[in-house]
Amino acid sequence: MTLGTWLTLFVALVVAAEAVRALRHRGLRSERWRRFFRHRTASWGLGILAFLVIVALAAPLIAPFDPNKQLDILHLTNHAPSWTFLLGTDYLSRDVWSRAVYGARVSLGIGALGTLVAVSLGTLVGAAAGYYQRWIEAVLMRGVDVGLALPRIFILLMAVALWDGLPFAALVIAIGLTSWFGTSRLVRAEVLSLRQRDFVVAAHALGAGTGRVIFRHVLPNAAAPIIVSAALGVGNVLLLEASLSFLGIGVKPPGASWGNMIADGASSIYTAPWSTLFPGLAISLVVMSLNAVADGVRDALDPREEPA
Amino acid sequence: MTGGGAAWLARRLVASVAIIFAVVTFVFILIHLAPGKPCGQVGGGEYVDRAVCDQLVKQFGLDKSIPEQYWLYLVALAHGNFGYSFSLHRPVRDAIADTIPFTLQLAGAALVLDFLLGLGLGIYQAVRVNRLPDVVLGNVTLFIYSLPTFWLALLLLLIFGEKLRWFPVGGPNDLIFCPAVDSLYCVADRFWHLVLPASTLGLVGAAGTARFQRAAMLEVATQDFVRTARAKGVPERRVVLRHQLRNALLSFITRFGLAFPFLLTGAVLIETIYAWPGMGRLAFDAILSRDYPLVTATALIASTLVVAGNLLADILLGIADPRLRVRADIGLVLAT
Repeated sequence: MTLGTWLTLFVALVVAAEAVRALRHRGLRSERWRRFFRHRTASWGLGILAFLVIVALAAPLIAPFDPNKQLDILHLTNHAPSWTFLLGTDYLSRDVWSRAVYGARVSLGIGALGTLVAVSLGTLVGAAAGYYQRWIEAVLMRGVDVGLALPRIFILLMAVALWDGLPFAALVIAIGLTSWFGTSRLVRAEVLSLRQRDFVVAAHALGAGTGRVIFRHVLPNAAAPIIVSAALGVGNVLLLEASLSFLGIGVKPPGASWGNMIADGASSIYTAPWSTLFPGLAISLVVMSLNAVADGVRDALDPREEPA
Repeated sequence: MTGGGAAWLARRLVASVAIIFAVVTFVFILIHLAPGKPCGQVGGGEYVDRAVCDQLVKQFGLDKSIPEQYWLYLVALAHGNFGYSFSLHRPVRDAIADTIPFTLQLAGAALVLDFLLGLGLGIYQAVRVNRLPDVVLGNVTLFIYSLPTFWLALLLLLIFGEKLRWFPVGGPNDLIFCPAVDSLYCVADRFWHLVLPASTLGLVGAAGTARFQRAAMLEVATQDFVRTARAKGVPERRVVLRHQLRNALLSFITRFGLAFPFLLTGAVLIETIYAWPGMGRLAFDAILSRDYPLVTATALIASTLVVAGNLLADILLGIADPRLRVRADIGLVLAT
């Protein structure tokens, strides 16, 4: 670890903390944000997420070594954490810290992109089903019933294991395509109740087209369940990617994702636990932050529930 | 149940069968469309002699078109025949029958831990809401709930299996003293082997249940009948247990229905890590070895569990919550 690395890390920490502080300061004016920040864990979660995103973006500055380089296969395998190798080295003498930092890009990227696919699809299907009703709703919702009954991990295993050498984008899409069913149910329920409301009827009466009514009037008011399921979705997708990579069929080696780092370390967990522990902690930290943020958002956007 | 209830149940049963049918169809098509043959090359090299492979492909009818294979599969399924596993060289039904007890034991133990610990913690937190124990437990459950189960499994193995040597590091029984569960000692041995895998699944589940139950209790706590109960001087203990808990358990029933399928799919990784010979691992191995009949059969069972869980939860809800029964009778949809 060089001075530059520490400096960048420090800057990332300060920027993340300042961002949350600024947001909090500005947010105090609105009731919703106040409710969000009343959760101390939600502010922490937001801060941790901001920090990790900065770390992922600034990976080349923060990682002292090439994440995929085997530094010295003879003398440096499973080296314990030290000042040079902050989190130790793995069984191929790669620096765990550098891999964790670059792995953040892959893991957070898959989490965000997979969720983007899933939530967009879920929102569209849910909105269409809730808005059009009749046979469109029947067809879509029966499809969702089937989707929810699909053993998702089996389907993903099949898709990824049998189509060998699936590229990164296909992995993201496969995860997204199997993760939208719950969201579409939530959105549909919300749209069903919204479309009866006066402002929707008014928009129609004023001559707004169906698309405009759905996207400008109905969906913005259904934001609460969408945002919450997106926050929870990123965590779930992250865990899913980690599971797949752990089973050896997610992100292809030597590329680092937190999941396949755990898989790499698992065989030497008794002699070199650090190469398994730290990526797992990283996953837990992200998922925990996301869950905390989701809790906060739920309270902020859903005034019915008593704040807890 | 009244007439409306019976009609509702019949409708739901038909829908359930249709869902399972659709899942089987989807999985069947997906796995047959996947490139490669069960006995083809693995990793580029020839795995089995080509002539032998062609012979096998013909023997199992894999050279027929997919619609034809699908039809034959459905006919066999209608006769209660799940097919013959390529990779295990035995009927699929036997292979699954061997693994089901292990999965049920693991899942059962995990569910007991999940519900007992989760409900207890959730109720305790709701009673002490926003005080120190609630805040501490809230953070702890949030953390455990966010752990990747397979990582927790490795962690528990490292600490309790390897460092402390309290529990065995894998397998369902002691190979030397207890090859079969045929004595009291061996039953104890099974439980001893069950501790780590069941705690892994159970702890993560319990953290989720606790969070859920706490929220459900607090939601009920704001309702009028709870305030009325307090106002008329019902003892606090009775308010919590009889008024709050009983109503909060309603939403817990739904959660129970959702936890049902987790028995199978959630255990894939845990069973792999702890060398537990259950259905999750069977399904995983079947997928990797392109064992079409075995994959389809495990998917069938998994989807049946999902559908059965949902149905069971809805029926239980209907029994437990008279308000829903009335709504069903006047023709509104029961539950969402």
